[in-house]
Amino acid sequence: MFAETADGVPKPIALELLTKARALGAAVAVAVGPGAGRAAEALAKYGATRIYVHEDEAFKDVVATPAVDLLARLFEKERPDLMLFGMTYEGRDIAARLSARLGVALIANATDVIKRNGSFAAVSPVFGGSMLVTTVPKAQPPVLILLRPKAITAEPASEPVAPQVEKIGDPVDTSKPAARVLRREKQKAQGPRLDDATVIVSGGRGLGAPENFKMLDELAGEIGAAVGASRAVVDAGWKPYSFQIGQTGKTVKPSVYIAVGISGAMQHTVGMKGAKTIIAINKDPEAPIFKLADLGVIGDVHKIVPQLIQEVRARKGK
Amino acid sequence: MNVVVCVKQIPDPNAPGKLHPESKRLVREGVDLILDPGDEHAVEAGLQIVEKEGGEVTVVSMGPPKAMDAIRRALAMGAARGILITDTALESSDALSTARAIAAAIKDRTFDLLICGTESTDGSSGAVPAQLAELLGLPLLSFAKRLEVADGKAVIDRQTDEGYDVVEAPLPAVVTVTGGINDARYPALRGIMQAKNKEIKQVGIAEIGLEGKAGKAALTQEVVEVVPAEARKAGEVVEDKGDGAKRIADFLQALKVI
Repeated sequence: MFAETADGVPKPIALELLTKARALGAAVAVAVGPGAGRAAEALAKYGATRIYVHEDEAFKDVVATPAVDLLARLFEKERPDLMLFGMTYEGRDIAARLSARLGVALIANATDVIKRNGSFAAVSPVFGGSMLVTTVPKAQPPVLILLRPKAITAEPASEPVAPQVEKIGDPVDTSKPAARVLRREKQKAQGPRLDDATVIVSGGRGLGAPENFKMLDELAGEIGAAVGASRAVVDAGWKPYSFQIGQTGKTVKPSVYIAVGISGAMQHTVGMKGAKTIIAINKDPEAPIFKLADLGVIGDVHKIVPQLIQEVRARKGK
Repeated sequence: MNVVVCVKQIPDPNAPGKLHPESKRLVREGVDLILDPGDEHAVEAGLQIVEKEGGEVTVVSMGPPKAMDAIRRALAMGAARGILITDTALESSDALSTARAIAAAIKDRTFDLLICGTESTDGSSGAVPAQLAELLGLPLLSFAKRLEVADGKAVIDRQTDEGYDVVEAPLPAVVTVTGGINDARYPALRGIMQAKNKEIKQVGIAEIGLEGKAGKAALTQEVVEVVPAEARKAGEVVEDKGDGAKRIADFLQALKVI
């Protein structure tokens, strides 16, 4: 499995992948980039029996291709039946290129990996998660599977193993034309992070105009929620991409998800239907979001949200 | 500056989708077929580049003969010509066999940029552009929400979880664009009229040298089962009669959010 790390710390998706990988067989992790070796202990704790580490700067500066080269070489050596990646920006580019390089199956958007008739199969949601399809590889191994973030709950292995780290120092070929990162821009969101929030207030096109997001910020402030957005809103430039929940964007699993003016297109619901409780406000009674909602209110968001803020304030005051 | 844009015809995403019970493929009959809205942004991005730098946009698609309509729409927006890869042998193609067919169809063309949407709205695997880049030996600039070309290079703002990275690659390159990159133009009547006379070349697998190596013959994966997902328990939907906010507050209080 490809273990994404940031500054020597495994990203949550890496631990989710390991949790699944060790249940299916011997889990070998590959971690790349400056400081990746520091992630080894954590990766072992989550069940990586062996960890390949390559700490070249090129893995940080050049998008995807150095990792594809390395994984193709490691494939020759290890001959795994299954290679797992996170359905993330990094994972998607690497896995898709690698599948073309090796001429093997790539199954995207999986929420589970199972064994089926002696092979590995992926389970993925379609039509906004209303149906599940099982896909099996038909080509020779390995099968490459992209697992959606938060599909698996990361759990440390019950019997921890000592990390067996294999450092790789082969020079990275940077002579080929490649995509290079010139600089990184971070856009900070206020309040709790979407990834960790237990309550999320999320807005869609039904808000009518970007300035109407202010009332969601206000509501979120009152109930300690993070603010999210649908793709339509992000595409329209009302909110930066870091707010986006859905297929492209974040997958969230809060206790409570309040969808305001969001119709509930599959592109969005696939990222939020894991919420424990869903509340929806929308003026269209036919909006698909109501099929998911535990409580749906058909009405004007511009009336209901300000009233709700007042109502919350009054109750908190008691 | 010559640009190739990949487009796909998909069932209208606003209509509820259905899978064929036996073939496990998307049912296309009786559903409006449209140019993938995500691809309109790719066409627009290509047009903006050639309008500034000169050159032409060629649109390429793979699909049944009816997919011609999606190409025609891109031509009405302003693309110069189209290529439709169509062959019964290509039915049931998965992402990799699609990428192989497109790569074979365009490998002899000279282009500076190959632009795609980040993923199709119906299949959503988003694998084809990166597979194309690999098969053609080109750099990939993915998830672009801004694209500029200058001095033989393309520079994009690439979406990340925290914001964006500014990423550069030499031309020729493959670029995938997000919906946020532009507002796609609506075809004008004049464009629609002109599109009728623009060339759309149809090619089969023999012409692109993929006989016996494409579609069903080269499938890397297969859907074997489709089952309904565990449905969420049906909730309560009420109409706001002035008490909607109160209902929500009661609910939040019961959940101990307040």
